[in-house]
Amino acid sequence: MRKTSGWGLGVLKALYAGISGLGRQTVDGVWRIGFATRFFFAILLHSGTAMSRFGLTIREIYFSGVLSLIIIVVSGLFVGMVLGLQGYETLQTYGSEEALGILVALSLVRELGPVVAALLFASRAGSAITAEIGLMKATEQLTAMEMMAVDPIARVVAPRFWAGVISMPLLAAMFSAVGIFGGYLVGVVLIGVDQGSFWSQMQAAVDFNQDIMNGIIKSMVFGVAVTAIALFEGYDAPPTAEGVSGATTRTVVTSSLAILALDFMLTAFMFRGVK
Amino acid sequence: MIHDALVQIENVSFGYSARPVLKGIDLIAKRGQVVAIMGSSGCGKTTLLRLIGGELRPDQGTVRVADEVVSELDQAGLYRLRRKMGMLFQFGALFTDMSVFDNVAFQLREHTDLPEDIIRDLVLMKLNAVGLRGAAYLMPSELSGGMARRVALARAIALDPMLIMYDEPFAGLDPISLGVTGNLIRRLTDTLGLTSLVVTHDVQESLKIVDYVYFVSEGVVEAQGTAAEIRSSGLPYVHQFVHGEPDGPVPFHYPAQAYAEDLRLGVGSA
Repeated sequence: MRKTSGWGLGVLKALYAGISGLGRQTVDGVWRIGFATRFFFAILLHSGTAMSRFGLTIREIYFSGVLSLIIIVVSGLFVGMVLGLQGYETLQTYGSEEALGILVALSLVRELGPVVAALLFASRAGSAITAEIGLMKATEQLTAMEMMAVDPIARVVAPRFWAGVISMPLLAAMFSAVGIFGGYLVGVVLIGVDQGSFWSQMQAAVDFNQDIMNGIIKSMVFGVAVTAIALFEGYDAPPTAEGVSGATTRTVVTSSLAILALDFMLTAFMFRGVK
Repeated sequence: MIHDALVQIENVSFGYSARPVLKGIDLIAKRGQVVAIMGSSGCGKTTLLRLIGGELRPDQGTVRVADEVVSELDQAGLYRLRRKMGMLFQFGALFTDMSVFDNVAFQLREHTDLPEDIIRDLVLMKLNAVGLRGAAYLMPSELSGGMARRVALARAIALDPMLIMYDEPFAGLDPISLGVTGNLIRRLTDTLGLTSLVVTHDVQESLKIVDYVYFVSEGVVEAQGTAAEIRSSGLPYVHQFVHGEPDGPVPFHYPAQAYAEDLRLGVGSA
């Protein structure tokens, strides 16, 4: 009898702990979303310094954008080359290998350019931003700035945000351009697809507003998402080695998922009914 | 408000969540003085500095700096007041992406429209005051702990503040750096006419340079007085602290159940 009541008590305790844990996680989650939203609006509100002292933003464009160029260019080249190979294999089945230029260009400009460049940007620059801000917090640099009557959101966070937003479309454009060149190398130079058909069909089929502008809009949205997530995770990171490492991981995971989810939504709106 | 007090803390209580840290503290730092706040780790010394700097707001009581109640200021007011304050963090908190020169120039560039050649002269003067003019173009990663703290001190005095707060300025320093830092605090206070608030648990070094000491224990001011009064104090807590005795009012053992009970001695015979 005693054993049964002890067992029952144990189950009740476990149930109580489970429910209270769930409640705590929910409250924490909602609080975090609220904090992230306030943080995002604070960045927008305190963007004056990033604009009026544009040198601060340019410096961050160098760190986020220019230093990401190598990984973007190399990846873009290989992705383009693979597209050239795979595309040729498929198109030649239908005897339309001249359309290789269209396939490579549209795949890159509409999808792979913005998406893969954003994924690479999240891994290369996003993680660096989170680690830097997290360590600045852990070593009291942000508090020191506050104590010197300088707002860290305006001085540190906002320039990095705008640098990310500006860099992302440029990197995506670079990715697509190099990717098209990679497709050309494999399709035209290596396999021998007709050069004239490759370029002229691409020129005729790629629409500036429908394809290129939509690709730019996508990459700007990804730039906002990745940079905002990276900055928030760094700013919110617990000031310990473990805290910063966890925040860096969360930046890459959350940004990647956000990019893919946003891509689906944007594609659904942008290319509805496009032939 | 006492007329020559720059910082006046009256009946201040503060707690993190439900845990009370400060319980009705009164403290005064007069202009031109070096005032030390001492106490064992976790007694609320750094919290006190954060209340003075306006990072935290007290649950009860008032913190006045230069005749202004800190907790009543909005962000603009707080920033205006902070321009008159300098803070030296425990490990310097130098901006690691900037050189020593740029660290010291930071506030001058942010808060003034001075031309770059005047900023250069001012920065070199501040660095000269802490003996590190020759290190102006080093990066923080190239500095020793003591040097980093001296650079942080030069940065803290960049805008000629009225008040400097030091959070554990002596922690982890070798004996030479310890003496240098102590002398700098005293010398800068006297020559620049500052008020210095030093949070520390380094008794011997700080008693050499301070004008007045507050001992904080478990959230209350346990004792206060001049350095001489503190040295000769008969209060058990102060005596244990000043002489570094391992046991006393602050026990060696963390509270636990009886030792014999913990080792389960005599359980079998019961």
